[in-house]
Amino acid sequence: MNPDQARTALAEALYAIAPDVEFDDLDPDEGLRRQADLDSLDFLSFVEELAQRSGAQLTADDYPALDSVTGALNLLTTRTHAVS
Amino acid sequence: MPSLGADMDEGTLLEWQVNPGETVRRGDIVATVDTSKAAIDIEVFEDGVIDDIVVPAGSQVPVGAVLAHITPSEPAAPESQQPEEPRAEVVGRHLEATKEKQPKQREPKEEKPRQKRPKQKAAAVSEEVTAPRARSRMVRVEAERLGIDLATVHGSGPRGLITREDVRQAALHGRRVRSSPYARRRASELGIDLGLVAGSGPGGAVRAADLAQAPHPAPPPAEAPASAEAEIRSPARVETRSAEERSARQLAMRQAIAALMARSKREIPHYYLSTTIDLAAATSWLRARNVGKSPSEQVTAAALLFKAAALACREVPDVNGFWLEDHFVKSDAVHLGIAISLRGGGLLAPAIHDADTLAAAELMGRLRDLVSRARTGRLRSAETRDPTITVTNLGERGVESVLGVIYPPQVALVGFGKVVERPWAVDGMLAVRPVVTATLAADHRASDGHRGGLYLETIDRLLQTPEEL
Repeated sequence: MNPDQARTALAEALYAIAPDVEFDDLDPDEGLRRQADLDSLDFLSFVEELAQRSGAQLTADDYPALDSVTGALNLLTTRTHAVS
Repeated sequence: MPSLGADMDEGTLLEWQVNPGETVRRGDIVATVDTSKAAIDIEVFEDGVIDDIVVPAGSQVPVGAVLAHITPSEPAAPESQQPEEPRAEVVGRHLEATKEKQPKQREPKEEKPRQKRPKQKAAAVSEEVTAPRARSRMVRVEAERLGIDLATVHGSGPRGLITREDVRQAALHGRRVRSSPYARRRASELGIDLGLVAGSGPGGAVRAADLAQAPHPAPPPAEAPASAEAEIRSPARVETRSAEERSARQLAMRQAIAALMARSKREIPHYYLSTTIDLAAATSWLRARNVGKSPSEQVTAAALLFKAAALACREVPDVNGFWLEDHFVKSDAVHLGIAISLRGGGLLAPAIHDADTLAAAELMGRLRDLVSRARTGRLRSAETRDPTITVTNLGERGVESVLGVIYPPQVALVGFGKVVERPWAVDGMLAVRPVVTATLAADHRASDGHRGGLYLETIDRLLQTPEEL
């Protein structure tokens, strides 16, 4: 998955859970949970969406990395193979 | 009826902003029209006096239908084609619409329409509104159950579709209460009986503004309809709604919460208890259980806390049930109400039925399903009707402790704060442990502090053996 694809997957996953949040307005290095006002259930659903959209295997160990835009993008691009 | 968009072929006249005999000036807002997407203010195109109103508020008419007649105040506009007839008709091409607050789209100069047979047009219009449709099987079943002839029911849904609420209102009054669909929707949300509202609109029609003077609605739990499978509409379906509808819904929800919470504080003598619970056993059990599991299979601390709260009700039933007619009615089943905050504001507390009988993983699944449906507005009325005790998990929002307000007619509300690491004495030694503050707000009419304390103590005990939850 290239950075653009990862970014799209991330934005779509977040939109599915928090449609009121403007993805481009998020501070990429700040906590995603706090910025998007996600509770633990929301966050789980978000990770689930992200796993589905990216095809990446994501577990609880990845949660800290997934809690920021930058961290999530890094994780997605390294975890997934490039999709044509 | 002006066309307010390429995809619009009919519109509902929500409210007239003017009465016959009133003088209007070009640009005045004369009416509000509801399309399937938004409520839109209609401006008049010329100066004059409203002669008569053809389409009453609440009616749905096709684009191009005559809404009202205007007698122009001046003989002629500069254009030469100005018709000689004194009466101008307020039809689509005579009107301009402003969508929300967007800049006005002025239509290019054009011919004044010459509608030769306004009377017949009006007749066609009334046919349109008295031939409502009820495609939904649910609606037909409801009508049959209540003995309502659908032909006599006014449809307030899209394209004149009869909704269940229309059937209920019809059953309530045996006749149609003249009202705007907007007012009906608001009334439905607020639990207001339209038959009791004095209408200020044309012909005594109830307008949304009249609802403010309406008799105080009964609170939602007592008001919930009896049919178990009915889907209730909640303000949560935000993304499919217009901004105006959204704010109306939010206002309605705010008012419902206000009425219920005020009643709670007025009627229920609350007492509050609080205890701090060591969650070391629970969190390490969860960590071991969740390792390697996909997000969809994971169980969070909230599920364990809720399960413990439900299970403890069996041991201390004094907090599980309703205060009805001056006595406590204990509930054998534990239907755990979950306080769910909605994105964009507001709160729902639907129930997970028989939560005490569900394994933690199952409870977790139900919790996720319930939260997602609450937020997308797809709750069933049974879920909102019958929680026997409610929990709130404000710890998700970072607070360490929450002392709640009881949902009448329930008698207790359990609160969990944030799970935090704290110095903790264990066997005479100091340790750092994850702890949570559990609180109980309970109705002193139904129980005393001693029993309430026992309830929190039971939750604590149950959480020390998470594998049994």
